Amino acid sequence: MARTMTGGFVLRKCVAVLLMLAAGPASAQVGQNFPAHLRPEGDPAVVERGKALYGALCRGCHGADLRGGDLGGPNLLRSELVLNDQAGELIGPVIHDGRTPAGGGTAMPPQPQLEETDRRAIAEYIHSIARTTQAQGGPPRGPAMALDLLVGDAKAGEKYFNKECASCHSAAGDLARIGGRIPDVGQLQDAWVGGRRTGPPGGTVPAGAPAADAARRVVRVTVKFADGSQQSGALARIDDFTVAFTGDDGAYHSYARDAATPRITAVQVDDPLAAHRALWTRLTDKDMHDVTAYLAGLK
Amino acid sequence: MKRAMFKAPMRKPTPARTLLASAALAAALLATAAGAPPPLVPPATLYKPLGTDWSIYAGDYTNQRFSHLTQVNRDTVKQLSLAWVAHVNSATRDAITGGEGKGDFPVSGASIKGAVLETSGMLFATSPDHVWALDARDGRELWHFFWKTRGGTHITSRGSAIWNDSLLFLTADNFMVSLDARTGRENWHVEIADFNQQYFTTSAPIVIGDQVLVGTGNDSDAPGFLQSYDPRTGKRNWIFYTVPMNKGDAGLDTWPNVDAARHGGGHTWIPGAYDPDTDLYIFGTGNPSPAYTGVARPGDNLFTCSLLAVTVSTGKLAWYYQTSPHDTHDWDSAQPPIIFDAMINGKPRKLVATAARNGYFFTLDRVTGEHLVTSQYGATVNWTRGLRKGGQPDRDPMKDAQIAGALVSPTEDGVVNYQAPAFNPDLGYFYVNESDSFNIVYLTDPDPRGSMGLGGKRRAVLGNASTALQAIDARTGKTAWRHEWPQAPSLGGGLLNTATGVLFTGDGNGNFVALDAANGAPLWHTRIGNLSNAPETYQLDGRQYVLAGVGDTLYAFVLN
Repeated sequence: MARTMTGGFVLRKCVAVLLMLAAGPASAQVGQNFPAHLRPEGDPAVVERGKALYGALCRGCHGADLRGGDLGGPNLLRSELVLNDQAGELIGPVIHDGRTPAGGGTAMPPQPQLEETDRRAIAEYIHSIARTTQAQGGPPRGPAMALDLLVGDAKAGEKYFNKECASCHSAAGDLARIGGRIPDVGQLQDAWVGGRRTGPPGGTVPAGAPAADAARRVVRVTVKFADGSQQSGALARIDDFTVAFTGDDGAYHSYARDAATPRITAVQVDDPLAAHRALWTRLTDKDMHDVTAYLAGLK
Repeated sequence: MKRAMFKAPMRKPTPARTLLASAALAAALLATAAGAPPPLVPPATLYKPLGTDWSIYAGDYTNQRFSHLTQVNRDTVKQLSLAWVAHVNSATRDAITGGEGKGDFPVSGASIKGAVLETSGMLFATSPDHVWALDARDGRELWHFFWKTRGGTHITSRGSAIWNDSLLFLTADNFMVSLDARTGRENWHVEIADFNQQYFTTSAPIVIGDQVLVGTGNDSDAPGFLQSYDPRTGKRNWIFYTVPMNKGDAGLDTWPNVDAARHGGGHTWIPGAYDPDTDLYIFGTGNPSPAYTGVARPGDNLFTCSLLAVTVSTGKLAWYYQTSPHDTHDWDSAQPPIIFDAMINGKPRKLVATAARNGYFFTLDRVTGEHLVTSQYGATVNWTRGLRKGGQPDRDPMKDAQIAGALVSPTEDGVVNYQAPAFNPDLGYFYVNESDSFNIVYLTDPDPRGSMGLGGKRRAVLGNASTALQAIDARTGKTAWRHEWPQAPSLGGGLLNTATGVLFTGDGNGNFVALDAANGAPLWHTRIGNLSNAPETYQLDGRQYVLAGVGDTLYAFVLN
């Protein structure tokens, strides 16, 4: 149930998210600020003991990652009982006595052979994992999974590219070696669909690409006046009331759109990304994956 | 369209309401006799249509945000000018302090994203952990209450409620706090949700008679609920869960098992509307959980992403309509529903409408929940295969998060989010700001057990194809007019409209604007920054004020 964090710009939000990522996981607004996250780290020896016992007795049902297992044990990381346990006082008795789930399902067998210290050690181990759940209820970070994002048909992608993209872009020009410059397939897809800079983040861009890339991203505006004159430049901002731009003369200009003098008769905005925004409304996922496969092959 | 066709719901004097009104009157008389001032907001006054005061979240129970004040009209609005500016002060040194935290949590900066209440010349504004009372004539601070929090998610505070002289507000760490509204001194506080289960609370309480309804929120796979409390004592009257909690509960057949349902979300983080004639509180519920990985919760997942009608006296469900069956994009349907009456097919109907975060607009019969209208109001919505027989959007599973990425409109923020809509009963128009946003959603955790909370995905936000304000004919769902905000990267805020045909909102480019409610033509603007809440209006000393919040600053405008 994420809500917009600011009342402001999506852009600003993206920047904020980037800053958050750069600054580390916790933020004062949406962070790991709940009791499960704030509890102190347990004694490593106790946690280790608990981990071993969990592996032997609990893992089969509750899963190696505590998120539930094949034998029907529930996810412990979102369990009301686990989250309310402080030091084994709630978890311990369940381990000792077993449990029949209220809503049906496999009953949990009792473990009366375990000493209280062992039950507490298991609880401590569970808390040590619950402590690492991510913001907005996300599970603890697991090992990186190798997922194949390259599912498209490069040949079909090339065909689509030539038809839909080639009026502005070329595989030999601005997108030369793009698949090598952005080796992460997901990042490559985000960049080309979004119309983002296609140079490597923080690195140098191949000769020829950057200037063209930067120039292509400028939103141009032409303002026509009642006396027949007109001015053009790089748009600074436009709303229903004001248009402002850095003119081709290098100066900043700002006009009230409803002023009597100078009276504006027409405002024409030429946004190079308009073509991308229009593309989003008709791009199918298959075409998207195909073009990504084609571009990924440009190495 | 004839004016008589759309009316605010009639407020017939039911016995209960007459009793309430007489009790309030009697209390007021007694108080006056004893020399004490009358209560600030006797609950009986909340049944009145929006007029001189703004004494509840949306001004009145209808959620129409339709003010009957008339000084500001389509001609005079051009003379609106600044009355005062107030920066709320989040420094805590001189604040009245409460709370159960240790004081080690960083103090949140102020941002006014919710309702500012106005009554008897006092304003009450909130931000997470803060409440301020201000003089409504010049914005001067009267008192500041600071809550030492235990932690939790501090996204926003949607405002407070007043029951007689008690100001009630909800804290991020799940307390309802009652303050003496005149002094800011605490009367009591009660815990309304389990902090250990990672609930956090942003909603505004709603007073109905001698009950106060509170909703809460959670991102961690805990069940949603709505509760009723006694505003005098903080004692709970009832709790209504929005997902099945036990065997035999309604809706359980739309979940694989009780465990999934009990961790299924459906939170109640925006106040609803209230219909006194039927005693129904009508509100929207949030997304099912885990949000993006529906694989572990096959089925429609009732009563998440639904419009629900609960009988206030009993806390029982009267009807439901699910606006997003089996949501997989975190598109809460918590948006404030609006109640109104209109003629449909020659018959007078009692109606409720909502513009959901998923890009679809719905009109229902508010007495029975009968579905009447569904329309797509988000211009670029691409995640459905059409509509089901009952009018619910039929989700396209190929637009769920995919390993190779799915191009989805809208983004997680939705076509609209918390930004309050408005309704004009004279025109029959439902106003909503519309964000036609796109993102690519990647499945990063293909585990057949599903992920947890909002985990298991990566989203690449691309931007907006367009951003607009539109007026929807609520009887048909058709767009009556649409005004695009040029180059606006996101929504401009909530909405307010008046009986004089003026519509207020933000344009997403930093302007606070007034438009003609009939056609969307801009009438007035001032560049105060992007609105963080919905504009409001009240009348004091014979002057109509128009109020808007931008972050930590309130701006009040009058006709000079």
